[in-house]
Amino acid sequence: MVVKVYGAAYAACPQRVLVCLVELGFEYQLIPIDLHSGEQKNPAFLLRQPFGQVPAIEDGDFRLFESRAIIRYYAAKCASDGGTNLLGDTLEERAIVDQWLEVEVNNYNSLIYTMVLQLVVLPRMGLVGDMELVRDCKGKLEKVLDVYEERLASSKYLAGERFTIADLTHLPNTRFLMDEGKMEHLIKGRKSVYRWWMDISSRPSWKKVMELRN
Amino acid sequence: MAIKLHGHPFSAATHRVIACLEEKGLQYEFLHIDLSTGQHKKEPFISLNPFGQVPALEDGDLKVFESRAITQYLAYTYADKGTPLVPQDLKETAIVYVWMEVESQKFDAAAAKLSFELVTKPMLGMITDDSVVEEHQEKLGKVLDVYESRLAGSKYLGGEAFSLADLHHLPIVSYLFGTKTKALFDARPHVSRWCADILARPAWQKVVEMMKH
Repeated sequence: MVVKVYGAAYAACPQRVLVCLVELGFEYQLIPIDLHSGEQKNPAFLLRQPFGQVPAIEDGDFRLFESRAIIRYYAAKCASDGGTNLLGDTLEERAIVDQWLEVEVNNYNSLIYTMVLQLVVLPRMGLVGDMELVRDCKGKLEKVLDVYEERLASSKYLAGERFTIADLTHLPNTRFLMDEGKMEHLIKGRKSVYRWWMDISSRPSWKKVMELRN
Repeated sequence: MAIKLHGHPFSAATHRVIACLEEKGLQYEFLHIDLSTGQHKKEPFISLNPFGQVPALEDGDLKVFESRAITQYLAYTYADKGTPLVPQDLKETAIVYVWMEVESQKFDAAAAKLSFELVTKPMLGMITDDSVVEEHQEKLGKVLDVYESRLAGSKYLGGEAFSLADLHHLPIVSYLFGTKTKALFDARPHVSRWCADILARPAWQKVVEMMKH
């Protein structure tokens, strides 16, 4: 069954779902939603995603939204079908994967999202970004990245020695931070974080998603 | 005791884990981390959570932080004890995860700020910022409109059974029910019904009792 992914290949949350589907070998079809014209707020789309955000998926008659819930579902489906396990083999390993998935939501995503909003999105709309807020977020993000540096100095990937969805979930926002956010020095300046970033961003699945943007 | 919970008695995130432990009927030792002296930013706590935030849980050799990761660990590891908090079926579980993400990113974003302004600040002798309250009540209202729609057709957020998707809301809903923000919940009949149901759960009542002492 082909998974229909409603979204745009240039947006972070759809990218999270796409890279997961490619990584795990699920067939997908990207159904473009025109974010610039606000198609995601149309009544028809709100039936798929009541908050008016992308992505949403449709797999046969099964529908989901929230990118991090979607990747958990496909990771669990793949593992239970005997395929690649990106969730962790034991309950203890799984707990650590979940731990770093939560860290991404609570300590990483919110800071990067705020910075990209102020530095990139608002200016594109002709508005002025709040630079003091950016400085504040950057300061907090530096401290968060110091913790990642320490973790990745003694662990190949965030949850242990294997690539998991805890690493995968970081791909879209980190790239936005480094490229549009023009803050690649935050990553490059940390030896272990940079080593990890080069590893996960050179995976064929991520390269494929980057190609989809064009 | 195998399970040790390091946390603070007023921390919503700590309450989230206690609610889960109580639903599962698990024995645990509670270790108080004194936030006022910065105990959470120093050793030995910082080794349990390098981000210096409560709570953190130890279960034998395992150390886990992030309240919503801890609750998931407990729900899966002790699946056969107490209340089932995650479904068995993958698709049903996915729906629970959708609403866990909604709580974590949409509900909490507005509700935790309101709780800070209306509950925490007065406790600490600080002044509530009314403009922040107004802004976040508006945001929370929009989120609750979606909840109203969802709960019109579903007994609980994740489906017909109580799950982590509902449990994760308990600490902040409970705090906000002691403030003027309760009106937002009361104004929406299905949300109101759901709140009354989950707040009345015996396991949550135990957390409420603990907070009084």
